[in-house]
Amino acid sequence: MTDGATAHQVATEALSFADHLPALQVLLPLMGAPLCFLLRKETLASALTVVISFACLAISFSLLGQTMDGEVLVYEFGGWPRPFGIEYRVDITNAFVLVVVSLVAAVVFAAGPGQARRAIPVGREYLFYSAALLCLTGLLGVTITGDVFNVFVFMEISSLSSYILIALGRERRALMAAFSYLVMGTIGATFLLIGIGLMYQMTGTLNMVDMAVRLEAVSETRTILVAVAFVVVGISTKLAVFPLHQWLPNAYSQAPPIVSAFLAATATKVAYYLLIRFTLGLFGAALVFERIGVDTLLMPLSVLAMFMGSIAAIYQTDFKRLLAYSSIAQIGYMTLGLSLATEAGVAAGLIHLFNHALMKGALFLVAACVTWRMGATKIAMMRGLGQRMPLTMAALVASGLALVGVPGTAGFVSKWALVSAALEQDHLFLAFLIMASSVLAVVYIWRLVEVVYFAELDGEVERREAPLRLLVPTWILAGMTIWYGLFSDFSVDVAEAAAKQLFLGLGGGA
Amino acid sequence: MSPETANTAIVAALCLPLLGALGVQILGRFVSDNARDAWTVLIGLATFSQVLRLVGPVVDGARPSVALPDWMPGLGLGFEVEPLGLLFGLVASGLWILTSLYGFGYMRGHHEKNQTRFFTCFALAISAALGIAFAGDLVTLFLFYEILTFSTFPLVTHAGTEAAVKAGRLYLGILVSTSVLFLLLAILWTSTLADGLGFRPGGILEGRIEGGQATLLLLLFSNGIGKAALMPFHRWLPAAMVAPTPVSALLHAVAVVKAGVFSVLKVAVYVFGFDLLSTGGVSNLVAWIAAITILAASIRALTLDGFKPRLAYSTISQLSYIVLGAMLATGTAAMGAGLHILMHAIGKITLFFVAGAVYVVAHKDKVSQLDGLGRKMPFTFGAFCVASFSIIGLPPLGGAWSKWFLVTGAFEAGHFWLGTVFMVSSLLSIGYLMPIVVRAFFRPLPEGEEEGVADAPLLMLIPICTTALLCFVAFFYTDAVYDLLAPAFGLG
Amino acid sequence: MIGDLANHFLTHWNYLGCITLMMIGLYIAISRGNLVKKIMGINIFQASVILLYVSMGKVSGGTAPILIDGRPGAVYSNPVPHVLMLTAIVVGVASTALGLALVVRIKEAYETVEEDEIVALDRAEDEKTLATEAREDAADGGAA
Repeated sequence: MTDGATAHQVATEALSFADHLPALQVLLPLMGAPLCFLLRKETLASALTVVISFACLAISFSLLGQTMDGEVLVYEFGGWPRPFGIEYRVDITNAFVLVVVSLVAAVVFAAGPGQARRAIPVGREYLFYSAALLCLTGLLGVTITGDVFNVFVFMEISSLSSYILIALGRERRALMAAFSYLVMGTIGATFLLIGIGLMYQMTGTLNMVDMAVRLEAVSETRTILVAVAFVVVGISTKLAVFPLHQWLPNAYSQAPPIVSAFLAATATKVAYYLLIRFTLGLFGAALVFERIGVDTLLMPLSVLAMFMGSIAAIYQTDFKRLLAYSSIAQIGYMTLGLSLATEAGVAAGLIHLFNHALMKGALFLVAACVTWRMGATKIAMMRGLGQRMPLTMAALVASGLALVGVPGTAGFVSKWALVSAALEQDHLFLAFLIMASSVLAVVYIWRLVEVVYFAELDGEVERREAPLRLLVPTWILAGMTIWYGLFSDFSVDVAEAAAKQLFLGLGGGA
Repeated sequence: MSPETANTAIVAALCLPLLGALGVQILGRFVSDNARDAWTVLIGLATFSQVLRLVGPVVDGARPSVALPDWMPGLGLGFEVEPLGLLFGLVASGLWILTSLYGFGYMRGHHEKNQTRFFTCFALAISAALGIAFAGDLVTLFLFYEILTFSTFPLVTHAGTEAAVKAGRLYLGILVSTSVLFLLLAILWTSTLADGLGFRPGGILEGRIEGGQATLLLLLFSNGIGKAALMPFHRWLPAAMVAPTPVSALLHAVAVVKAGVFSVLKVAVYVFGFDLLSTGGVSNLVAWIAAITILAASIRALTLDGFKPRLAYSTISQLSYIVLGAMLATGTAAMGAGLHILMHAIGKITLFFVAGAVYVVAHKDKVSQLDGLGRKMPFTFGAFCVASFSIIGLPPLGGAWSKWFLVTGAFEAGHFWLGTVFMVSSLLSIGYLMPIVVRAFFRPLPEGEEEGVADAPLLMLIPICTTALLCFVAFFYTDAVYDLLAPAFGLG
Repeated sequence: MIGDLANHFLTHWNYLGCITLMMIGLYIAISRGNLVKKIMGINIFQASVILLYVSMGKVSGGTAPILIDGRPGAVYSNPVPHVLMLTAIVVGVASTALGLALVVRIKEAYETVEEDEIVALDRAEDEKTLATEAREDAADGGAA
């Protein structure tokens, strides 16, 4: 399916079930949300959510399998061909991100609402699952769609449901955190909308492929330059690029840990995907990097994020807040990869997207386990937890080591890729800075390990591990951070293939 | 011996200590302390025998190797045994047996807690050290280097006191920071310059880098290998003295520091190559850093009263002998460095064994308290005297040969001043080691102390005397070691 | 020159209007401490974007975009921006509703909807917790 005519032909022929997979990827959770609403019982809603998220995982794996060799899947809704209708377009990059999002969703939703249960009145738990499925819909939709306005719509779907989920935190500050995120997020989304409007004005189409072709002719106009600015700033707000990161620490630390686990591992990743898609796919590397120089702006901001995030994390007294600031630093690594403006750099960013989703997901799930047993996540309260909750803390050590980038873990693979990409461009000092910020990560992870394992415990030590429902997903993700550190072929090969395809631009491909 | 058997020897040598660790845990928890300790010795002997099996093939010119599947695209875990690595492996696995025996005596004599954890980490550390010894490329080296850091950490903080935890933090802090900040960066830089990261005789960077950049890369490597304790990244060594003495013996003779200087020597010979190091004075900067470390550490050792801290600074100084030898970039100097890995190991381990024995028997840890102890503990301090002579470099002890090659190598390379540094350092080492011998044998015991012989327990005394004897024996068998190492350094 | 400038402004008055509203909205959202006012500011901001889209859809000389039979050469204004903005309005309504719902919950929890008062309350809460912790540490230190 490589050009409009063939695609249109296929649309009029009968489609097999497999051909509908791109649509199902989004439709399943979308239908699931109101279904959960109707199934008042919590067990039913919970089961439905888990089934749907695993189904989404299966679908995204299948999509990735189909696109791995470079084939691009196109699905036209209602059979309307490009550029008249909305189409979903799956290539290696978004198939990869789809896998990441649905993987995290499947694992985290299986763990249940966790502590969020406290904030939900008894009998109303099904609302949590509805919101969670809506968020999943939005995130998957943003990733898979091939229409720019559709991106905005799905982004707002995911954002709105995430505001709801964040507001479920146990303290009243969660409400303020959700509100601030709402204000900043809406402004960011509206900036994106303005950018899209300007792009539509100059090209007359909303379809990504079509627009990419038409943008080449008008890329020198002031309108498009302004559009680039609005789009980049809007997406950067969602991506929590320094200095637009202010909403993240509060939102992730106040939200229930399960929610943070889901959002930290998915929302920012999808925003990063969007940034790559818009800059490389739509506007093109020539416009964005050479003409405007977004990379010259992004690189120092990324370095600032890396250091500021890590240093702030060192001084935190709350575990979840520490993880939130650490996320800001890790996002800095991803944007640094993009700012290198090379295939290797973008591949490194994508590898880190995958690995960080696993690491942060695992760490926030550990926080969920800790909250379940201890009620809160103040680091001072975690003293001696290594003896009380050994399995959970072992997961903490595994993902913590991965975050630092110890060889044999996933974090090492991303770090290696990123520094190699930097050295390829002769940025020796930049490579040094990346290493330096890793050393900072060692400091805060080590602090945690010390408190958990080496602090003296007064009184009796009884083993009270987290419940299996929380522990198993934690260990699945923590185990994956080690697995993908030892057998990294999957993530590295896919990321490199995706980067190569991205640099061809949407105008070149299908 | 066929290649297959040689390769299995590599795998066996690496896995046996891991099996040992597992066995120590099981036996220590569920059976008895004696069973656990017997198991440790058994595994130690088995490991050493496996490493010995590799001597034959390597001397004949073979390079047994084992390659594991890639764990990152383009990066696999690979082992390849060459003469230098084999020497380090022999030192590590051989001295492990003796340190274990000594450790049993020390821990029991001192009624230490957590002995099972202690011997488990010992086994893991030896496995990691062998991994470094047999590493076939920089990534494998780095992986096991980090494992070594983490497996020795519980050993440093063993006592669990405030001071031990602080020392552990410093230990980990310096070693991990240097390895991530400098060593990993250097490895990555090398990967962009050379085709692959495997070690090759003559180096893999030939023609790819030169001048100031090469010096910078060399600096990153040498500072990054923090275990070699080059100044200013040496502070972890004296801090680690809070650990029980078997650990200090392990750290300062067997595993950690030797892993450090071995890595530096290996990088110099197999990554840079002598040609690259000597043209344009690429290695001069690091050579002078090593020289300054030698002198500064020796001078500091003179001023310290604490027995173990004095030995620690002596170690820092002696380690830089090896680094300097590597930087001199000639076959002779490198041979001196390689020999010194062996000679210093057996000499220093004896000295630390003695320090521990003195602590356990007489409860003394300061040099000023050692008056007359020589007559009470004659074998112990006799061994100390022998080992001191070896460290100082007097014949007929092994240290004389390594010093000979180092000095000759320095003059051969035209570095007159660096050669002098070695000689000055020998004088300084007389200054910080001989007073101990003199005090012990020729001063009267302090008031209130009984006369009569009350030497160290047998479990400690046997290793002490064995290693001291080895210092003596090594003098006469140096040619065997020379023949082993010669191909690596392009000699004879 | 002035004439060109004035001409430029007159022909682009829709964009000027849009920008003015955008700035007003953003300013309110950022500078006002009252949470309800922030939401109103965002609403104004979103309204400006709606204005931008709708105004760009107008084609000069174009009529309403309903197909007229028998007039093949007719010029129609572009309906697509209107359609897009219907969606955007829905999104705007949803976020306003959610925002206001959050404000109601915040009012219940904090008894105020002024941001600076809320921040002050949070800070006071933090200091109280720190003080209690300090007292507990001192008590433990004394007891131990």
